[in-house]
Amino acid sequence: MSATPTLTERAGALFHRYANPGRFLRLGVKLQPWLTWPALILSVTGLVWGLFFSPADWQQGDSVRIMYVHVPCAWLASSGYFALAVCSVLSLVWRHPLADLAAMEIGPVGACVTATCLATGSLWGKPMWGTWWVWDARLTSVLVLFFLYLGHIALIRAFDDQQRGYRAAAILALAGAVDLPIIKFSVQWWNTLHQPDSITLRGAPTMSHAMLWPLLVCTLGFTLGFAAIVVARLRAGVMESRIRSLLSSPRRGMQSSSGSAVGEYAA
Amino acid sequence: MTHLPYIVASYGLAIGLATFLSVGAAVRLRRDRVRLATLEAARGGDRRSAREETV
Repeated sequence: MSATPTLTERAGALFHRYANPGRFLRLGVKLQPWLTWPALILSVTGLVWGLFFSPADWQQGDSVRIMYVHVPCAWLASSGYFALAVCSVLSLVWRHPLADLAAMEIGPVGACVTATCLATGSLWGKPMWGTWWVWDARLTSVLVLFFLYLGHIALIRAFDDQQRGYRAAAILALAGAVDLPIIKFSVQWWNTLHQPDSITLRGAPTMSHAMLWPLLVCTLGFTLGFAAIVVARLRAGVMESRIRSLLSSPRRGMQSSSGSAVGEYAA
Repeated sequence: MTHLPYIVASYGLAIGLATFLSVGAAVRLRRDRVRLATLEAARGGDRRSAREETV
């Protein structure tokens, strides 16, 4: 039998190198200002640019300015769920101790972003389509994504045995990932009221550069903001885990009674 | 701006949500940091007194 590690073992070792919660906390402290301040600067710049300095659309008028909050939220709703699915793979395959905590913290933020995407979409739809809501393929698949987030949030906290909750929620997140390509391609597969994608990887954007730049700035700012909030929540989650571990084993100090590796970091 | 209320509502919603999430995360982080420091300080104190008792 060969002693050379397989690709899976190497990948597992790489992920576990960054699995130590103490190491993550130190990394998180360094990372936090580099996420928070650029997020704030870019988001404010993008929103002000989009609201006051970008041109109105020839057809939609000023309503197009809703795009600068709606599109970044839509992007984050899908990419947040993708991150949740990646955490689930890390949890189920490599038993990564931080992946479960990350999934727990991404869920509520992703649900809030998805709710904002739906609400801003409604606020854009009312003046443009004349209705708050239609059972259109894109809108419905995003609504399903919102329910998947809610299901994940509920399931991960539903069991007395935390590990069972993590496993069940990871399976739900993986099964729900099938909704992501449905959201992406819904405007191509079905005849929908929702407009097709204006920005694609394969073609030039179909919108003016005067609108594209503030949109990209907003999207980058919102993405960094999402990451900053998740990192802050994850740092808090690691600390809470440590607190629980200390409280559950008051005289044994550094040992976790729950068996969770997260509680066993060197502070 | 003919659709001003819709635009204001959208921006207000997004900014309100971002503020709620970031302030919530910051408050939680601060609270947990203080709680953990207190607990670890107490644990350090426990260990010191146990060591003194043994000596």
